[in-house]
Amino acid sequence: MPHKTFLWFILPSLAAMVLFIALPIFSVFVQSLYVEHDQVLITTENCGPFGCKQETTVDVEATQILKDQAPLGKFNGFQTYSNRSHLAFAELTQAWSTATNARDFFGQILNLPFYKALAFTLTYTFVVTPFVIVIGLGIALGVNALPAKIKGPTIFVSLLPMIVTPLIGSLILFWMIDAQGILGATLQRLFNDNALSLKASPSLTWVMLFVYGVWHSAPFSFIVFYAGLQSVPSETLEAAMIDGASRWQRVRYVVIPYLTPLVTFITLMQLMDNFRVFEPIVGFSASANATSLSWIIFNDLRGQDSQLFGSAAATSMLTILGVAILLTPVLIRTWREFNSKTV
Amino acid sequence: MYFKRFAMAGTMALMSTTAYAGCGLTSGSVRILSNDFPAVHAVAEGAEACAGDGVTVSKNQTAEHKDIQVAALTSNPAQYTTAVVANSSIVPLLSDGLIRPLDDLVAKHGQSLNKNQLVTIDGKVMAIAFMANAQHLFYRSDILEKAGVDVPTTYEDVIAASKAIRAAGIMEYPFALNTKSGWNLAEEFVNMYMGTGAPIFKAGTAEPSVNNEHGVATLNMLKELVAYSNPDYLTYDSNATQALWESGELAIATMWGSRGGAMLDDEGSSAEVVSATMLSGAPTWGGGSVPASTLWWDGFTIAQNISDEDAEATFVAMMNGISTDMVKANNDKAVWLINGYVPGKAAEGIAQTANAGAVPYPMTPFMGAMHTALGAEISDFLQGKESAEQALMDVEAAYTTAAKEQGFLK
Repeated sequence: MPHKTFLWFILPSLAAMVLFIALPIFSVFVQSLYVEHDQVLITTENCGPFGCKQETTVDVEATQILKDQAPLGKFNGFQTYSNRSHLAFAELTQAWSTATNARDFFGQILNLPFYKALAFTLTYTFVVTPFVIVIGLGIALGVNALPAKIKGPTIFVSLLPMIVTPLIGSLILFWMIDAQGILGATLQRLFNDNALSLKASPSLTWVMLFVYGVWHSAPFSFIVFYAGLQSVPSETLEAAMIDGASRWQRVRYVVIPYLTPLVTFITLMQLMDNFRVFEPIVGFSASANATSLSWIIFNDLRGQDSQLFGSAAATSMLTILGVAILLTPVLIRTWREFNSKTV
Repeated sequence: MYFKRFAMAGTMALMSTTAYAGCGLTSGSVRILSNDFPAVHAVAEGAEACAGDGVTVSKNQTAEHKDIQVAALTSNPAQYTTAVVANSSIVPLLSDGLIRPLDDLVAKHGQSLNKNQLVTIDGKVMAIAFMANAQHLFYRSDILEKAGVDVPTTYEDVIAASKAIRAAGIMEYPFALNTKSGWNLAEEFVNMYMGTGAPIFKAGTAEPSVNNEHGVATLNMLKELVAYSNPDYLTYDSNATQALWESGELAIATMWGSRGGAMLDDEGSSAEVVSATMLSGAPTWGGGSVPASTLWWDGFTIAQNISDEDAEATFVAMMNGISTDMVKANNDKAVWLINGYVPGKAAEGIAQTANAGAVPYPMTPFMGAMHTALGAEISDFLQGKESAEQALMDVEAAYTTAAKEQGFLK
């Protein structure tokens, strides 16, 4: 295809990408460099149903003048990125110089909101992704071996966790694992421990969120693998059977090599999705024990009466950076495979 | 004090407003943005009665109201002509100059208002309050009797009573407050801290002042209390504690007074629980005399970026929404600040709390940042992950970071 034709061919999607992806990201980046103006504060006497009181209020007119002069806010450069809510350079340096041992150092780092969230986000990503791939493949192989009659209904049921809206799914599980709920109460009986609570213990909360993540995402990898299984050539499988390969050997040496490109695809999608884990934290009211980067953004925008746009924008940019770093190894691998094929 | 007025109001002969189409208006658009609970539903319905004869009334009642109010009132003309707010959510509207002074409208149409309904900032009326709220004590008289303890008036009593109930084998986790990590937990800290009488900020500045012996004592008291709560306490919001109470799982709880009406009605609970449910004022603690609670009001404001005609129509419609007739029809849905209100059993807790001298929740513009910092940082202490001093240091550091970004601190 001549370059000119190619350019015209991709122009619409290129334009859409610039408009709906590049520009918003650029605007978020610009936002992250600004903070609000210094507020002009005055003390006024405020009265209400419960009496009068001297209180500090914002001098609206004086502050408005500042706002009109520079509507974007006060330029702050990369200081929002380096403050305590984000990369916390000052706190890191201090922890490094005051920490007595490695444990103390990491303890101090994990006390900072960004690193605390990053720790959970990364753990979630690296625990959930492999489980999703393995379990999804298992379900796909199982369903593929079923007689045609019950295949349809089984596929539908297997897809249910993905069909249910994430927030609703996590809320349903949240009530089930309540101390009064069916799962929570059963666990307490099984272990004969009335204090056992999936919601209270930090480590059990993490496990619960991982299990939820696998439960929710496994259908996605199942359906992709299942579609892939339909394209595995039956001649090769039959040849393997004639050679006396067991079912396991057929899966290991015929099916899995055929599905490898799909593994790359699912890994990419899952790394991206899991790095942005958010709904289960809200659904499970788990923010005391587990926070994620997306949850921090949410908390900046919805946690209080007024929003911290600069802070949320900075975390967003750091999240994009994190996704890019995570995907790099997978993308490099795909690129190499692509090149070796074309040669 | 303030609540004597309520008691008197019931016995007074009052002007009554009748709802008729237009409410005497001939034109105007009324667009209401409010929270989503029965009391404000009743107010909005009263305002809707003014629709007709060229007056249109629309409403958006959502728990997300405070997240959209600033954007919605910034546009010109504003998306909503009135935002129903509380003493925390009015702050961003005030700071951005999005609501208008109401003095003229009050003079023209507000003869039926009590003086304590007028929320004035620097002498200008900025909101009309119509109901009061506060967290206070709920207790089960039957269980306290069974355990042989008196009605607690201090949080030390609450701990002793909870201990007795547990020791008697009646309940393992007899106590609860709204301790869901985030806003709810922070509200409990603020309430408890107010009981010490210490200020949250250094006087006249936005500098935080919670990392002190009062803060440490507050955290320790909260930790002692949650020892008598179910281990799931960090997920408890108002809906959760109300459900626990109605299912008879709790003997003592600190909950919002506005939930009282729903807990005393004949829905969602057994007669045994309802008949023994008693409401009393928020406890004091640590030898202090100020109840460990904050007083809240809900009221309506009028947007700045609308025509004077719509502002007048909105004011008149909202006045019809908070009329004496509305209060008579919805007496038990809230602790109304409006003439004609007859305080019932559901109002006792709030009235006692206010009369005992509880302070209002601060209307300072940087309180929101402090609230958020508290909500995010103090759960580490309650879970035993760090010391009280460390938690309070984290609170101040998180607050300072946010306040700098909002321009309150340099």
